[in-house]
Formats: sequence, structure tokens, C-alpha cells
Amino acid sequence: MKLTNRSVVVSKKELTWSEKLYLPAITQGLGITISHFFKKKATVQYPEVEKPRTEIWRGRHVLKRDEEGRENCTACGLCAVACPAEAITMEAAERMKGEEHLYREEKYAATYEINMLRCIFCGLCEEACPKDAIYLTDRLVSPEYDRQDFIYGKNKLVEKIDDRIDIVPRKK
Amino acid sequence: MEWLPLIDKSVLILIIFLISLGIAAYSTYAERKVAAFLQDRIGPNRAGPFGLLQPIADGVKMFMKEEIIPSAADKFLFMLGPCIFMMTALMTSAVIPWGKPLDIGGYQMNLQVADINIGVLYIVATASVGVYGIMLGGWASNNKFSLLGAVRASSQMISYELAMGLSIIGVLLISNSLSLSDIVKGQEGFHWNIIYQPLGFLIFLICAFAECNRAPFDLAECETELVGGYHTEYSSMKLGMFLFAEYVNMFISSALIVCLFFGGYNFPGIDNLDLPQNIASIISVVIFFAKTFFFIFFFMWIRWTIPRFRYDQLMKLGWQILLPLSIFNVVATAAWLTFVK
Repeated sequence: MKLTNRSVVVSKKELTWSEKLYLPAITQGLGITISHFFKKKATVQYPEVEKPRTEIWRGRHVLKRDEEGRENCTACGLCAVACPAEAITMEAAERMKGEEHLYREEKYAATYEINMLRCIFCGLCEEACPKDAIYLTDRLVSPEYDRQDFIYGKNKLVEKIDDRIDIVPRKK
Repeated sequence: MEWLPLIDKSVLILIIFLISLGIAAYSTYAERKVAAFLQDRIGPNRAGPFGLLQPIADGVKMFMKEEIIPSAADKFLFMLGPCIFMMTALMTSAVIPWGKPLDIGGYQMNLQVADINIGVLYIVATASVGVYGIMLGGWASNNKFSLLGAVRASSQMISYELAMGLSIIGVLLISNSLSLSDIVKGQEGFHWNIIYQPLGFLIFLICAFAECNRAPFDLAECETELVGGYHTEYSSMKLGMFLFAEYVNMFISSALIVCLFFGGYNFPGIDNLDLPQNIASIISVVIFFAKTFFFIFFFMWIRWTIPRFRYDQLMKLGWQILLPLSIFNVVATAAWLTFVK
């Protein structure tokens, strides 16, 4: 029974005299390798040059603030529940008087950590979030020397007030 | 003026020593670049402009590595191995004529350290001493992989030395001399030996690859079978010496190929230009090195094109094909010189 139409019959015929010399084949091989000498190199000089990524690329996370600069996150934990890699942990805290300009709701995340080595960048946390607080950006997770440094806390995740991260291109 | 030749030779020895080491160092860089380019990559480019400081970085790295001598190893021989290998590799350069004589204030400075009348014999002899370095290093390591690598290397070198020696005889018959300077002088203009000895050249080239333990004959250190071959147990600069000597060998082999078959420092029409002696001398040196560099490149080109031989194929090629062919070459050349010329 014929299983595939891509099968090739292997011929095991004796080599001819000229083939046994191997020299023509070697010169042919040298020709192939030297042709690669002048070809365009496939290398991307990474830190200086970045490979173009698609617009919907899911990169490192950001914890958004609202228009008045208050953190959106209320530490409901839905993102952590949705996370298939169990990369997210958080601790909730109650908003005190005088902190209204910092946090939008009465409850906020005192700590919020994402382990970037566990994260699979699926974007389910973003879908689970009822407060539009967490989003995946188009940025890359930078390399570190220490595994501990890949656990991103709020200092790295919450967007800076004066340096907002635009996630609109991804959400189109 | 008795001390003049002494100074002359000392300076020349020093220069050739430094040039050999420099070229060997930059061969490692060139090897990586050539390998990268042949594989559509860029190669080392971080250390300095175009990665030109890479050999220095590698050298520093080698020196910084921990020096390990296996407790069961024969310490003296273990140290001696890389020394012998390096020494013989550098010694060979003594008889190579690098260019036409320089004229320094009436004194003729011969750009050849030792113009001995058995230059070819000297080279073959020193090259075969080089195998002791590998053999001692591999044996003294007291490691089965080292020993296997060393045994392979020595049997390979001995097998290919025969064909190598016989392939040179064709050249010797034509030039009627064992002195390398005479051989080069005899190829003036375009009377290069490659034209009269194509088969001899081919055999010599293949044997040179085998003698240098270069791919496709690098069975002595094939990683897939023998870990590192004869230098498995070596570390730090002792390993560096082995690797380095390999590149020195490659450089000397290329220089030798140029001397024996490609007219040495000659190129067609150098006499018609009617240049002052010193300029002609410098040009001849440049020509010599250009040819040598091409062959160093060719060594690398081959390495990244042809896969390694199997050991029985290697032996079959050496004994059953190259040896009879080189004997045929000697007979044919002798017959041609006797009956035709």
C-alpha cells in the first residue's frame, strides 16, 4: 500500500569512475560554501537592532493608572486565578484617608508580583481584569543575571505617572 | 663585520617568531569569521572594531583559566607535550625563504633564517617530530580518550608523511635541489611547480591537511567520539599551546605549499618592472604572504565544507590511494625528465 506520494526511490547504484574521484564533488561543495560567503547574513544584532514584531505582540505587563494618575488595580485576584502559569501573586490592602489620589478604589494591591520566568504571555490576565488595570505591552522582558530579578514587583509593573505606556496599538 | 650576520639572523628570527605567533593568533579570529561567513553569520564583532581584539580576549581568557594537571598524569611529560608541539611548529619556519634579499647599506640581508642545503629534508624531519608532542601529551594524560586521540594522530601522521615525502620528490627532481631557496629561485616568473606537478601538488595538499590534523582529517580530536582527543585533559594555556601550535602549523604548511608549488615570492613579471632592490624585496615579501594567506583561507574553506573522514577511510586513502599515486608521480616525473626533456 502506498502511504505517501512524497516517497523517493533511493538508488544504490555503483559510483562511476569520476564520482569515485570525489574531487568534482568537493569543488562543487567548495562552490556552494563560497557562494554563502557573499550572501546576506541572517544575524540580527540584537541589542542594537530589534527584529520587527507584529502589532499584537504580547510582551511584558503594565499596571495601568487612570486619567488622574490613580492605580486601577483593586487586588481582586481575578488575574491570578486566570493565570495558567500561576505567575501572579498579590496582597491586598485597604485605602486609607488621604490616599484617594493614589488608588481609584477603596482596596488596592499592596504588593503585586509577576514572575516573568513563569509567565507564558498568554494575555488571560488582561482578559480577566474587570478594572482595565493589567495589560500586556509590546515591550520585551529584559535579560537579567539573577533569577530573582525576573520577579517583577509594583516598582517595575506600575506605569510611571510621567511616562505613560500606550497599549492602544495592541488593542486595536 | 663578523657580528653583522649574527645580528641580522637574530633580528630575522625574532621578527619571524613574532609574525608566526601573530598570524596564528589572527588565524583563530579569521577561522571564526570565515566559519561565520560561510554559514551566513557575522562572527565575532564585539571585542574591538570588527571584533579585531578577539584573539587578545581569547588569550587572556586562556591565561585566566585554572591550570589542572590530572593526579595520575606523568607531570613532566604532560608539560613537555605542548612544548614540543609548539616548538616543532615554530622551528619549521627557519628554512622558509620569505622574500628576496634586502640591501642594507651594502650588506645583503637574506630573508631566510637558515639557507641549509637540505631544507626540504629538515622540514619533513621537524614536522614528524611534532607528532611526539601529541603522542606524549595524549599518553601522559592517563586518559583513554587522550590516548586514543594520540594514537590516531600519530598513525595518521605517519601514514600521510610517506605520501607527502614522495610527492615532494617530484618537485626535487625538477628543481635539482633540496634547498628551499633554490627551489623558489627555480620557479622564477611563471615556472611554478604547480604547472609541472599538479598531481604532486594535490597529494601534498591533502597530506598537509592530514599533517596539520585539520578537517577533514581532524580525527585526533573529533569531539563526537573522543571528547577532545589528545588534549582532553589539558586546560589553561597548555591547551592554548596545542590549539595555537595547530594554527602555526597551518601557517607554515601554507607557506611551504607556496614555496614548493606556487613560486614562493615570485610572481610573473617581477623582473620586468626594474625596481630598486629593496622595493622589489618588500614586494616579494608581500606577494609571498598574500599567497600564504590564500592557502590559510583555503584550509578554513575546506574545513567548513567537507565532513570528517571515517578512520578506515582515512587509512585507505593514505595507503591505498595517495601512496601509489605519489609513487606513480615520482616515476612519471623521472621518466618525463629523462626521455622527454
